[in-house]
Amino acid sequence: MTRWLGWLAALGLVAGLVMGFGYAPKDAVQGNVQRIMYVHVPSILTAYLAFALVLIASVGFLFTRRTEWDRLAHSAGEIGVVFTGLTLVSGSIWGKPTWGTWWTWDARLTSTAILFLIYVGYLLLRGMVEDWERSARYAAVVGILGAVNVPIVHFSVLWWRTLHQPATILSPERAPISPPIALALLVNWIAFSLLFAYFLSKRLSLRRLEEEAYA
Amino acid sequence: MTRQSSPPANQRAVETEGLRKAFGTNAVLGRVDLSLENGEVLALLGPNGAGKTTLLKILATLLRPSAGRGRVVGFDLMRDVEPIRAVVGLLAHGSYVYEDLTAEENLRFWATMAGLPADAGALRKVLAAVELEPVAAERARTFSSGMKRRLALARILLGAPRLQLLDEPYAGLDQQGKKWLEEVLLAFKGKGGAVILATHSFGRGLGIADRVAILAGGRIVLDRPRASLDLEELHRLYALHTENGP
Amino acid sequence: MMFARRAWIVLWKDLLTERRSKESLNALFFFALLLLFLFEFALGPDRERLAAALPGLLWLGFILAGILGLGRTFLVERENDCWEGLVLTPGDKGAIYLGKLAVNFLLMAAVEIVLLALFGIFYNVDLWGSVVPLSLVIFLGTVGLASVGTLFGAMTSQVRARELLFPLLLLPVQVPVLLGTVKATEAVLQGLALAEVGHWLKLLAAADLVYLVVGLLTFEFVLEA
Repeated sequence: MTRWLGWLAALGLVAGLVMGFGYAPKDAVQGNVQRIMYVHVPSILTAYLAFALVLIASVGFLFTRRTEWDRLAHSAGEIGVVFTGLTLVSGSIWGKPTWGTWWTWDARLTSTAILFLIYVGYLLLRGMVEDWERSARYAAVVGILGAVNVPIVHFSVLWWRTLHQPATILSPERAPISPPIALALLVNWIAFSLLFAYFLSKRLSLRRLEEEAYA
Repeated sequence: MTRQSSPPANQRAVETEGLRKAFGTNAVLGRVDLSLENGEVLALLGPNGAGKTTLLKILATLLRPSAGRGRVVGFDLMRDVEPIRAVVGLLAHGSYVYEDLTAEENLRFWATMAGLPADAGALRKVLAAVELEPVAAERARTFSSGMKRRLALARILLGAPRLQLLDEPYAGLDQQGKKWLEEVLLAFKGKGGAVILATHSFGRGLGIADRVAILAGGRIVLDRPRASLDLEELHRLYALHTENGP
Repeated sequence: MMFARRAWIVLWKDLLTERRSKESLNALFFFALLLLFLFEFALGPDRERLAAALPGLLWLGFILAGILGLGRTFLVERENDCWEGLVLTPGDKGAIYLGKLAVNFLLMAAVEIVLLALFGIFYNVDLWGSVVPLSLVIFLGTVGLASVGTLFGAMTSQVRARELLFPLLLLPVQVPVLLGTVKATEAVLQGLALAEVGHWLKLLAAADLVYLVVGLLTFEFVLEA
């Protein structure tokens, strides 16, 4: 199962590369730099998926107290942090030629960075509480608070300052996006989702082994 | 608000089946089967680290068992946690005493938290019962450990527990205090209350016990009526089961 | 009814303890004074520069004081294992959360008032003129700070690396509160009407509400042995 997911994800990533570099046209304004989008956008979508899973699994754990839920929350949280990091790095690389700086305190960049910090805190908490059961409980509470905090962070940072170009995928007015680019994005998004599923299944079995070894 | 109507009177005080507790792979309790009738006093003996405290904490709903089932006064240990808390009194290692509050203020706090009457009259009555009335207005910081024990016991006596779980209750009490504690417990037993008294020493507790159980290595290795054992035989059995006698 | 009584007795108990031990408050007042000097040294004596940075400094001061003060309120429960006694209290644990939150709020409010007065005197700014809108902003911000601080403070009081973990958890979550309060304080100090920062006040109120509800609902899971 895990192995199949791995191969599927690899295949998807290759297809994503081909789509991103071969099939999709060069952006008229930004040039080749724009192709970073094929990593950047799927990364953040995957991170959101991961953190949504953390929320669900945290609630599930508090209600049932079953280790499976905690395992899921822990694994999804770690992978979410990795993908958020990837989002920040790819955004930075894109920002240098486009905005002329590695980092600007742009609204969406900033709220992604805050998201990153909240969930790094979540992982640190897990590491710092020795007792397994307590660590799971506390992490679940932080996982819930972190997730419900996302919209609050979003609006606060948005009102604080905004430079970012409007979100093209999720914004209500739907800015024009050419079909080849949309298709390339879609393929990459599917590839990243497969990659996430692969990581998750790997991390889950690793966590199970950790439990057997230490717990 | 979560207080429920009292359970049927004929419910056993304690009934456990295959109770297990593990912290990680370190199994502290392995399959404990224990039952206790109302009005019965059980002396739970065992060396340090045998799992006595863990067992009491599970019965008081401070810890969740890893496996197995149990009922306390008819309530399920896993599901009916809140009702159990209303009918069980735990005298743990900690006294639950706030050092900067007076004896009376301590009791007022715990009585209010438990939803019990906290008027001065009721509190004074309980303080008198544990012989702390003269120092009711003094801060707990000035108390000896024996006095804090009494104050902890007063907290339990505030409500109307059906079961008292006492973890090394004699620690810190002087001879007079020990004698006094036994009188309090006998009175409680007389009213139909059940008691589990955990101790690692033979010195006290056996006198008022109806039954004696030995917990060693996380298991009940002996459970007999007190009357069927003389002290010498008990010593022999204890040494046998725990290897390094009391 | 019983809920309110229990929340109240927790508040009563902690205020009495604090009044007798004076453990937190005195130290926090002194800390506020220290902060004031540090800000002055860091920014130089230029009055205008300080005045421009004032809203940010003010809230930085509140949050730093919060990091020291909010995490402490559960330490008293560790003495003699009182924590266990709270767990064993039958009934809704949300009442304990609310009581502790009230303690933390009052503690923060006391420090904030002192810090405000010190800022007014040392930096020669007129805070009195906008005291009503300023109080509203500070109230909303402090509820947000205290509600999360109470929840995380309870958690980290049981952890060995308490002093380290508490700010690591609290600070990122508090970013919206910091942004909202600094912006609103800035506007209020410039003499703008509250309506000008209505969206920030709404955001702060919404954040307070969300944190409060999460705190009330999840506290029972934090308060376990």
